Amino acid sequence: MPFTLEIVTPEKSVFSDEVDGVVLPGVEGELGVLPQHTPLVTTLAPGELRYSKDGKETDFAVGEGLIEITGTTVSVLTDLAVSDVEIDEAVVEEALQRAQDALQEKLGEEEIAAVEASIQKSLAQLHLKRKRRRHL
Amino acid sequence: MPNTRDIRRRIKSVKNTAQITKAMQLVAASKMKKAQDQATSGRHYADLLNTVLNNLKELTEEDAHPLLETRAGDRELMVVVTTDKGLCGALNTNLMRKVTDQGGEQTSYVTVGAKGRQTLSRLKRDLVADFVVHDPVHFADVKPVGNFIMDRFLAGECNRVTVAFTNFVNTLSQEPLIETLLPINPIDLGRDREFLGVGQKEEDLPEKPEGPGEGGFLFEPSPEKVLDMAVPQYLNYEIYQMVLESRASEHSARMVAMKSATDNANDLVKDLTLEYNKVRQAAITNELLEISTAMKALE
Repeated sequence: MPFTLEIVTPEKSVFSDEVDGVVLPGVEGELGVLPQHTPLVTTLAPGELRYSKDGKETDFAVGEGLIEITGTTVSVLTDLAVSDVEIDEAVVEEALQRAQDALQEKLGEEEIAAVEASIQKSLAQLHLKRKRRRHL
Repeated sequence: MPNTRDIRRRIKSVKNTAQITKAMQLVAASKMKKAQDQATSGRHYADLLNTVLNNLKELTEEDAHPLLETRAGDRELMVVVTTDKGLCGALNTNLMRKVTDQGGEQTSYVTVGAKGRQTLSRLKRDLVADFVVHDPVHFADVKPVGNFIMDRFLAGECNRVTVAFTNFVNTLSQEPLIETLLPINPIDLGRDREFLGVGQKEEDLPEKPEGPGEGGFLFEPSPEKVLDMAVPQYLNYEIYQMVLESRASEHSARMVAMKSATDNANDLVKDLTLEYNKVRQAAITNELLEISTAMKALE
């Protein structure tokens, strides 16, 4: 029995479809969710989200946020969600480079934190893309 | 008496101006639509977040999170959301008047938008930070603003955070508003704010998400930990909505201002054309007069 997976960001609903199972990066480690999971709310760590549908697995790179599981729906609230297909490696590399360059300059604490967060996210995206390529 | 060539030149230049303002009007209209759509597409996120927060509220203490704590003291931080560019009527003037009326000695300011920064620095107010948010608004651009004010509030550098922005009522009217952001009122948490006009009133909104059913949610690792995560998200989302609200107001104000500019230019062209024709006719009459006088003299 499939259930609904929703990935929403403040900007738009990124994904909404019936899936057979999903693995989420929780703050306390990976969290696998299958149908009939008990209602649960937990926090999401930046990393890879992986769902399976009809025997096929698809990945998303996600930022931090919340996971909300009800009987029939798994909702992921995050500030960033990019699917495997959308990640352009060159763009990510460039973003990483820019962030590293920015770190070299003198910055305030807040800016450093912001830049480091963006590096984490870019690395997660890049990692996902590279992994994909190995599989193929 | 002005000559015909001067008038023709003026007509041409006014027509050019009208073309520019007309184009700006159309651009503003489409940008306004976009900002409205953007606010609407975030509604589902807000609904889901509110469900979580409402469930959390029952499980945690009222002052479970430092961002909910009310502290004594007058030190206030005001986030002023203005436009980057002018040509949008009295939008910024109205907002800045309200800001300067309300702000006192104890108020420091954070600006989003160039107009607010210019006004406040000219008035020699205590301007702490200036953030640049481009159009279209991305959530990632707004997040630093939220993190900055949260840090300030938690460090005890201010006891209250307010946001001054322009509320989008409808295309023709926008009102300047100052809303309290921090400390978060526990009653407001998890509820729709009244001012969220842009994102509402759409028929095709997604259904409200369903609750956990009987027994409620299980919170992992603990309700407090989840609250720690959810409250900043809620705050960032609020700011994002306020910035979107301001942007929609900006574009609708610009659209209206440019519409009246275009109308004025067209009126001017009409008047000038009339004058041009009069001058032309007068010149022809004069010439005929001269010719007939000359003929009379030759006879």
